[in-house]
Amino acid sequence: MKYQQHGWFWRLLLVVILLAGAGQMWYAVNNVEYQWGWQNIPRYFFYKADTPVKAPFDSTVTAITVEGDSATVLLTSESGEKASLTVDAKDLRVKAGEELFDDDTAGYLHQWKTGQLMKGLWVTIWISAVSSVVALIIGMVAGLCRLSSNFTLRGLAGLYIEVIRGTPLLVQIYIAYFLIGTVYNLNREVCGIGALSLFAGAYVAEIIRAGIQAIPKGQAEAARSLGMNSFQTMKDVVLPQAFKKILPPLAGQFISLIKDSSLVSIISIIDLTKAGRDIASSTFATFEIWISVAAMYFVITTLLSQLVYYMERRFRISD
Amino acid sequence: MIKTENVIKVFHTGSGEVRAVDGVTLHVKSGEVVVIVGPSGSGKSTFLRCLNGLENFSEGHIRIDGQDLADRHVNMNKVRAEVGMVFQQFNLFPHKTVLENLTLAQYRVRHRSKKEALIKAEALLKKVGIHAKVDEYPSRLSGGQQQRVAIARALAMDPKVMLFDEPTSALDPEMVGEVLDVMKQLAREGMTMVVVTHEMGFAREVADRVIFMDEGKIVEEGTPEHFFTAPREERAKLFLKQVL
Ligand SMILES: Nc1ncnc2c1ncn2[C@@H]1O[C@H](COP(=O)(O)OP(=O)(O)OP(=O)(O)O)[C@@H](O)[C@H]1O
Ligand SMILES: [Mg+2]
Repeated sequence: MKYQQHGWFWRLLLVVILLAGAGQMWYAVNNVEYQWGWQNIPRYFFYKADTPVKAPFDSTVTAITVEGDSATVLLTSESGEKASLTVDAKDLRVKAGEELFDDDTAGYLHQWKTGQLMKGLWVTIWISAVSSVVALIIGMVAGLCRLSSNFTLRGLAGLYIEVIRGTPLLVQIYIAYFLIGTVYNLNREVCGIGALSLFAGAYVAEIIRAGIQAIPKGQAEAARSLGMNSFQTMKDVVLPQAFKKILPPLAGQFISLIKDSSLVSIISIIDLTKAGRDIASSTFATFEIWISVAAMYFVITTLLSQLVYYMERRFRISD
Repeated sequence: MIKTENVIKVFHTGSGEVRAVDGVTLHVKSGEVVVIVGPSGSGKSTFLRCLNGLENFSEGHIRIDGQDLADRHVNMNKVRAEVGMVFQQFNLFPHKTVLENLTLAQYRVRHRSKKEALIKAEALLKKVGIHAKVDEYPSRLSGGQQQRVAIARALAMDPKVMLFDEPTSALDPEMVGEVLDVMKQLAREGMTMVVVTHEMGFAREVADRVIFMDEGKIVEEGTPEHFFTAPREERAKLFLKQVL
């Protein structure tokens, strides 16, 4: 009750602190006399490209039909060859009967294209997605090996997890690319995804191990006492229960993976971070670009955590 | 049906070794109901778990229906399918409905069709007195209901032997009766049963033989009349004085 009565005070305080922070930032930026140029940023997301449409050979314009915004130009060469070009009606540059040489521009076509940031975002998403799937498989295998009664499997899994967790991801990416990539002649995407998967896999393995160990032993014993083998016991009884417990930390790991994937930009994979760096170094819009890049990472990680939150609620039915 | 010879189970713990089961020789005939009693820590659970291979025993032989569990070529999964077990903590699968709890192993182990498994499951649930709640998750059931479902789940495999490890110890007193009734009915129907319990009334009424264990050994063995009225061993007398 007391808490609710004074709720407005804390809300106000939050707003004040945020405004103060923003204000301080604003003041500091003004001090360095930074020239903001937000109007130049959208084109790195989407831009309209003017593509020239050219005559494929020497020819005469035999007919032009305009339909809505687009115009169709019919060309006929001396030898009777025909071609038809589509251009934007308002950027038509020829008249009927006009003679064109090979490679002359008949008009322009406007098309929306994805800018560098969107392309980078896409690379980040697919590299993270592929790495997540591979990491899940590696983590599942390593996590189960860690719990195996076989000493060799346990030892191998343990060593893998320790080595990966005890070295920086950046160094792992360098080793994957400059050492392993060179020796086995792998391209940079394979090296990047490999390094990310192995890195996240070690953490996933620990999450899965902990999740399985959190399921009471009696569950596996009940399944075994019914005659189910160890594989069936894992698949039908232990893992489905462990999965519910594992889901939140696993999602956290995959969200980390999205952020960690920015490190593959150092081996020149053009992901969101690398795209940001490329644009920032060729324009003066450094502030706007990095703010945009941060916002884009934030949007995808937030979407993912909302999705997981939704799934968690769905899974809660049987408790 | 069950023949054990000099079974020994040693646990190696940080502080040394524990001889949880120390040379138990026991024959259980087909259709016989054997009740094992004894003080806490006397090795009753461990012995029971050895009988279906949940625990590997260190020495000796256990033969279930002729199959020697000490033989490495014996398929333990096949043996376990013939030996049902009911646990103190029920151990129902919480992510499966009551019906699914009964059908899962029927599909996986007995390879029954969906129709067969459902008919079997429904008949058994009726037998243990669970009518309405077949599509509920176990957490919605009372302890007594859960334990009856657990018994039905074990019975769904058509086991030749049923093992019970203190099936009523985790129950509220008012629910003990309903579970014991199901077990009594099973005994009447001729099921071979080995029951670890503190319910002396059940032992007296249903058991063909009572076994008293202490410190991993069988100390006293006999019919209920003999055990409850004229035990020979001092330790058995002391135990009875405490529980009766
Ligand atoms: N996994 C284990 N590791 C080490 N020691 C164990 C293990 N399981 C049981 N023991 C020990 O073996 C002995 C027998 O235990 P057990 O559980 O079989 O006794 P119990 O007769 O079933 O007792 P209760 O009536 O309390 O259930 C005890 O001393 C116990 O501490
Ligand atoms: Mg016990």
